[in-house]
Amino acid sequence: MAEWLVTMFSLTFLMQVVRVTMPYALAAMGGVISERSGVVNIALEGILMMGAFGAAVGAYDSGDSVFVALLYGIGAGVATAALYALAVVTWKADQIVSGVALNMLAYAIPPYFLKAFYNSSSNSPKYQGFGGTLFDNPVLWLALALVVVVQVVVTRTRWGLRVRAVGDNPHAAHTLGVSVNAIRWQAVLTSGALAGLGGSWLALSGSSFVAGMSAGRGYIALAAAIMGSWRPAWACAASLLFGFADAMVFNLETFVKSVPNELIQKFPYVLTMITLCGFIGRSRPPADLGRPFSAR
Amino acid sequence: MKREVSTIGLALLVAALAGSVLIWFIGKSPLEVYGLLLRGTWGSAYGIGQVLFKATPLILTGLAVAVAFKVGLFNIGAEGQLAAGSFVTALCGAACPASWPGPIAALLCVLAGMLAGAGLAGLAGVLKVRYGAHEVINTIMLNFIVSGVILWAGNSHFFLKGITHTKTIPDNATLSHLGFPGSAANTSLLLALGLAAAVAYFFARTRRGFEWRAAGHNPRAAENGGVELAGVFIGAMAISGALAGAVGANYVLGYKHYYEQGIGSSDGFMGIAVALLGRNHPAGIVVAALLMGTLSHGGLATADEVPKEIVQILQAIIILSVAGAAAYRGRAGKPGPATAPVPTGDAGAPRDPVEHKDG
Repeated sequence: MAEWLVTMFSLTFLMQVVRVTMPYALAAMGGVISERSGVVNIALEGILMMGAFGAAVGAYDSGDSVFVALLYGIGAGVATAALYALAVVTWKADQIVSGVALNMLAYAIPPYFLKAFYNSSSNSPKYQGFGGTLFDNPVLWLALALVVVVQVVVTRTRWGLRVRAVGDNPHAAHTLGVSVNAIRWQAVLTSGALAGLGGSWLALSGSSFVAGMSAGRGYIALAAAIMGSWRPAWACAASLLFGFADAMVFNLETFVKSVPNELIQKFPYVLTMITLCGFIGRSRPPADLGRPFSAR
Repeated sequence: MKREVSTIGLALLVAALAGSVLIWFIGKSPLEVYGLLLRGTWGSAYGIGQVLFKATPLILTGLAVAVAFKVGLFNIGAEGQLAAGSFVTALCGAACPASWPGPIAALLCVLAGMLAGAGLAGLAGVLKVRYGAHEVINTIMLNFIVSGVILWAGNSHFFLKGITHTKTIPDNATLSHLGFPGSAANTSLLLALGLAAAVAYFFARTRRGFEWRAAGHNPRAAENGGVELAGVFIGAMAISGALAGAVGANYVLGYKHYYEQGIGSSDGFMGIAVALLGRNHPAGIVVAALLMGTLSHGGLATADEVPKEIVQILQAIIILSVAGAAAYRGRAGKPGPATAPVPTGDAGAPRDPVEHKDG
């Protein structure tokens, strides 16, 4: 037990927390922006997955260039988000149904290409990933800066105001000359870029892409956005909680023998359910969330 | 009706085209692959049997999703409910004395599986009614949790040494095959069709079914008319979970005769496609399940040519196009399924439709 406590407060542990929090936080900020504009984003899960796959392909193709990998990862995230926006903003399809369909697609596409090109359905060829230590990684500092940027953009800029306006009262925004669906498109694409970066982080933290590697993180990120009552900084704080839970799972597996590993691994999901029950009702969603807009 | 058929026709066309691009992209001929897919499914008695075998669980999960849809809820957790149901069905089967008469033993096993599914989905229903926690996220989380619990229970108690499946159930609790040579199609198809008929009867002909539909169309009006929404939501989730939990009849009682890790996986998510294509009507769901079953088995029939994931990709594209087309045609503002209400609470907006205390 003591061993376990020592680990909990070590620098390695904290670094681990930061490392696993990153995909959650980036996707959760994406979720906040999309949902603030009125678009529910269950598709975060699929965007994370495609971002991870894109980054893996980028890293492999470019001979381990982190820059190219990020470019591919973010590009894949934006492309996936564009498909989602096309379905739910332009075609006004149901957001949950489309989100689930998009996630199905994102779970199937990587194995399809892996099998066709590398003759392996679950793993990509090895690449180098970030390597080095956490604090030497410029992407870490970029991501931390993004937290501030997103918070400021959402709460302090004209575009942020428009995003919030079309999410709360699209008809009023429309009357004032704001193009509701254009703003929603931009918000969904932005969330695609953020979650795509989150997915890239996931892929580049390791040394190969594994099918199914997003493992529900997109859904948990969405829960974090709700827990943070749709505010970027608070959503990141909530993500930190899930990152902490994840990192704890790694360590509990090695130190605590009394609880079976199969159950310990599911702790973050249980935590999500519990916190959702506690936080809802206290946080108020954007008023027009989930409804497609058409001018009357 | 005409509109539905043309929507689905259009969706199939879009999916076929997008699929062609993907097949062509990896250097194969789309026409050849599609031809192989058709011949491998409807081209032989075995193929037809396999389509029916694959369609059986999809009828059940499609019904599961549809029942929740009808009252305005999304059950994305059919995946976990069918896993729990299959596991419990297998345990119950293994515990059944071999001396019990077949029909009773099989029925008990199926009921146990349905109960497990009902409990799991019912829990999401209770959390929604009691705390306003959205059922979409909760049912997804339960999918993950259930897989862990089954793995743990299996590894520590029920799995045979060194493998991830349970003990084989005695012959009396198994379901017989339907007589397509070599195919696993079994009498659980009749169970699925019976349940489809029961769901149709319930919504069209019973008073409670009417109340549930009313709650789905306009919860507030239904509440004012005396419908107790909390009961409707929990009840509908429980029935939905029970239908998904019955899937064990097909895979466990009718085919494998034991539970194996990963059995029936992705049938739960496919149920969403089936319900959407079938427009939440049991008859439509049966037809949609046959279509999706064709694709599922077709994926195996063409696996030498293209990775079998092509099928999942086609299915996802079909869902996207049907959902998009349905909303695009003058039903803007309403979700794809004709009977599901505008989601007032969704993943992000879990407002409690039952109590309005926190306004």
